[in-house]
Amino acid sequence: MNDLTPTAEERAASLKGIGSTRKRVEDARFTQGKGNYVDDLKMEGMLFGDFVRSPYAHARVVSVDKEAALAVPGVVAVLTAEDLAPLNLHWMPTLAGDKQMVLADGKVLFQGQEVAFVVASDRYAAADAVELVEVEYEELEVVVDPFKAMAPDAPVLREDIADEKEGAHGPRRHHNHIFTWEQGDKDATEAVIAEADVVAEEMVYYHRTHPCPLETCGCVASMDKVNGKLTLWGTFQAPHAVRTVASLISGIAEHNIRVISPDIGGGFGNKVGVYPGYICSVVASIVTGKPVKWVEDRMENLMSTAFARDYWMQGKIAATKEGKITGLWCHTTADHGGFDACADPTKFPAGFMNICTGSYDIPVAYLAVDGVYTNKAPGGVAYRCSFRVTEAAYFIERMIEVLAIELNMDAAELRRINFIKADQFPYNSALGWEYDSGDYHTAWDKALNAVGYADLRKEQAARLEEFKAGKTRKLMGIGLTHFTEIVGAGPVKNCDILGLGMFDSCEIRIHPTGSAIARLGTISQGQGHATTFAQILASEIGIPADDITLEEGDTDTAPYGLGTYGSRSTPVAGAATAMAGRKIRAKAQMIAAYLLEVHDDDVEWDVDRFAVKGAPERFKTMKDIAFAAYNQAIPGIEPGLEAVSYYDPPNMTYPFGAYICVLDIDVDTGETDIRSFYALDDCGTRINPMIIEGQVHGGLTEALAIAMGQEIAYDDMGNIKTGTLMDFFVPTSWETPHYTTDHTTTPSPHHPIGAKGVGESPNVGGVPCFSNAVHDAFRPFGLRQSHMPHDHWRVWNIANSLGLHD
Amino acid sequence: MSKMHLKLTVNGEAVETLAEPRELLIHVLRERLNLTGPHIGCETSHCGACTVDLDGKSVKSCTVFAAQAQGAEITTIEGLGNPDGLHVLQEMFKEHHGLQCGFCTPGMITRAWRLLQENPNPTEEEVRFGMAGNLCRCTGYQNIVKSILAAATEMNAAKEAAE
Repeated sequence: MNDLTPTAEERAASLKGIGSTRKRVEDARFTQGKGNYVDDLKMEGMLFGDFVRSPYAHARVVSVDKEAALAVPGVVAVLTAEDLAPLNLHWMPTLAGDKQMVLADGKVLFQGQEVAFVVASDRYAAADAVELVEVEYEELEVVVDPFKAMAPDAPVLREDIADEKEGAHGPRRHHNHIFTWEQGDKDATEAVIAEADVVAEEMVYYHRTHPCPLETCGCVASMDKVNGKLTLWGTFQAPHAVRTVASLISGIAEHNIRVISPDIGGGFGNKVGVYPGYICSVVASIVTGKPVKWVEDRMENLMSTAFARDYWMQGKIAATKEGKITGLWCHTTADHGGFDACADPTKFPAGFMNICTGSYDIPVAYLAVDGVYTNKAPGGVAYRCSFRVTEAAYFIERMIEVLAIELNMDAAELRRINFIKADQFPYNSALGWEYDSGDYHTAWDKALNAVGYADLRKEQAARLEEFKAGKTRKLMGIGLTHFTEIVGAGPVKNCDILGLGMFDSCEIRIHPTGSAIARLGTISQGQGHATTFAQILASEIGIPADDITLEEGDTDTAPYGLGTYGSRSTPVAGAATAMAGRKIRAKAQMIAAYLLEVHDDDVEWDVDRFAVKGAPERFKTMKDIAFAAYNQAIPGIEPGLEAVSYYDPPNMTYPFGAYICVLDIDVDTGETDIRSFYALDDCGTRINPMIIEGQVHGGLTEALAIAMGQEIAYDDMGNIKTGTLMDFFVPTSWETPHYTTDHTTTPSPHHPIGAKGVGESPNVGGVPCFSNAVHDAFRPFGLRQSHMPHDHWRVWNIANSLGLHD
Repeated sequence: MSKMHLKLTVNGEAVETLAEPRELLIHVLRERLNLTGPHIGCETSHCGACTVDLDGKSVKSCTVFAAQAQGAEITTIEGLGNPDGLHVLQEMFKEHHGLQCGFCTPGMITRAWRLLQENPNPTEEEVRFGMAGNLCRCTGYQNIVKSILAAATEMNAAKEAAE
């Protein structure tokens, strides 16, 4: 007779499964300085690569003289496009269906573009040689404004495709035009707008910025000529995709390439793409037969790898005079820089920008996006958001505020009367998405109550009177946002990158003594996968999370997956983990039934064991079952206990949240003081509340940066003005406010454990919330729209332009 | 380039190495002495990922020549605690989720270690001010501040118990 203590609840708690605030298993390593990041790798004979970069934004490359550089002691090679051309590697495909120069092929299209790659015995010699490569340029007319780029007489930027009328995403109508992407019903939307009681129209610009993870991008390529295998360690958010792309463009068979993402020091979308440094390192390793390391410095990172945003969104929103929204129209001009190197699913050249109807029941809508080339760095990555969702959320949340001004309504109430109602889910949006679940009214009311919204408005009104009476120079702003995200890309039927379906995977092996190892197709960059995915498994298979090792990032051992970005790890790989766990459990059930000498259907799962129905004292724990799986001959059942699941999600998930920011603005200095920030997130089932809270804090701080000061700015000559951390704003602990977090829980109906993903929500919702707070402070003085970032100078300018300094 | 003979005390041990006079301290630590705990995040003194303790002061080792450190006592993250006995700061960062990707963490903890020697009873504001030379892109600092305040409390309690 088995003992029935501890109880089911005690046993469940000891597993540290879903819902547990489990401390992170990663931290012992990181707190002791024992992480293993790419720049920590050291190999015998390893060489270092460094780039010669263009000082000009648009120029012809007349000549490259390597002689002086090659004479530097320790320099072994200087590669140019000419050297890569015979291998057909002087250009590479981008994830957006465009192609990009690996090294300048006759001309350069942005400042900082890669012109030559120096390979030397150490990083100092490489840097010395970079200075000695003599490049002769012939300057060309520069275009940094996407609207000017589309003028008939604008200079031709991409001479390689100047005459091509078809791009990767349909017809091109100008030599600097990349694509036009249309969604929704144009005629019906324009008809509604023409007849509406009220129409608010505004240009909403979401400026260019950069993910700027603390660790820059880098790699070590090692071609082993003895066994013909290439190993590539690097800062890759999608190691399997890198392997496949590397194979396709190099001609090296995929089984001869091993891609390893070691620890990654933050990604935020910066490390999804393939960069010239990776290709050059591989070529250099093939040429020299030695491992070659390339790690970009911070300036190179900000100048050349993966900007984000840069969307000019012209909007019209129509409503009845009571405030019921009747239609939404948006035309976006997307500045992609010199090459379209976005990292979006193939069929979505503007990502999921068509989530721009937001949390609102908008009957008809139309979206068009025009992609344009300019003399700026390539990219367009999703900086802590799912493929342009942040742009979409910023657009709709600004348009709602502008409409509230037009209607002379409270913006909280305007949102409330337009929310999609809980009983409307699953909800089909006018721009083609099926929102899986939501309960916006509950979240909204909880948020408004939590901050004491009515009292805040009273305080704000009183402050305004004091301001007008000359008793204070500080205005108070209340920023509101209710966002809906679309994450977890995604269903293979409509989501792929370069033809690779966006499923994900998990493989589990249970060891004979009842512990386990699981491997996933994703890769953590700080999200704590080793902690949380083990929790999912603990709940599914009844083995304590502490007894489960989790591995990611080595393509030789992990099952194929599309990686970590777009908040897809929990929705897709998390689902695969649960499903693989269920396969383990299905086999375990048969083994348990055999051991208990009953029929398979006569046992039931109970936290960490199968028990005979009606006789809970007769059971076999997963540990017992694991041992039996390896040491007993069970008729009809193979030995071992392993499973793999490749999960193709039936739909995206739709996390949402309600954020409220309160700030004071000194109109004379433009300084903003964030008094409070309340963030309510609904990410469905909560796997580890501690990690969710940490993700929210971090995402909000990135949102703070973007909204209040961070930008990649260029002058008219295409010189980058924010190329170091002196100019590119990253908040310190001093500027960062204290956050209050909260939640509601609306599980995803189609995800195996109901989880939706949370890493990007705070950035998606945070940016409009901070921005709306600044706008709200000036609403009584007639401000409708002022472009981010709201740094002190720009805020001072708002006050000045509104006559508040008179 | 000719090399100079460097003598340092690193994490309590006398070490000697050869380095070019122009070599940065962070490169000597990471590449010649294999102390890869301190990281390189910006090379312009802004991010603090390379923070080490040099003769009792927090310094950003990416903008110190190794030559300037001749004869100095240096403490890196590797010198605080060990696998058998973590420093209380290391414990508290884990306990309060004061890290995510881990890249800023060695510099962050090394700086906090010096801060708590300078000011054993800091307020939240003093921690936020004292840590402002170390950037983190993941955590939003809230839990870092919490970890450091918790460590201060623990360290003071331990000190009191010892007295």
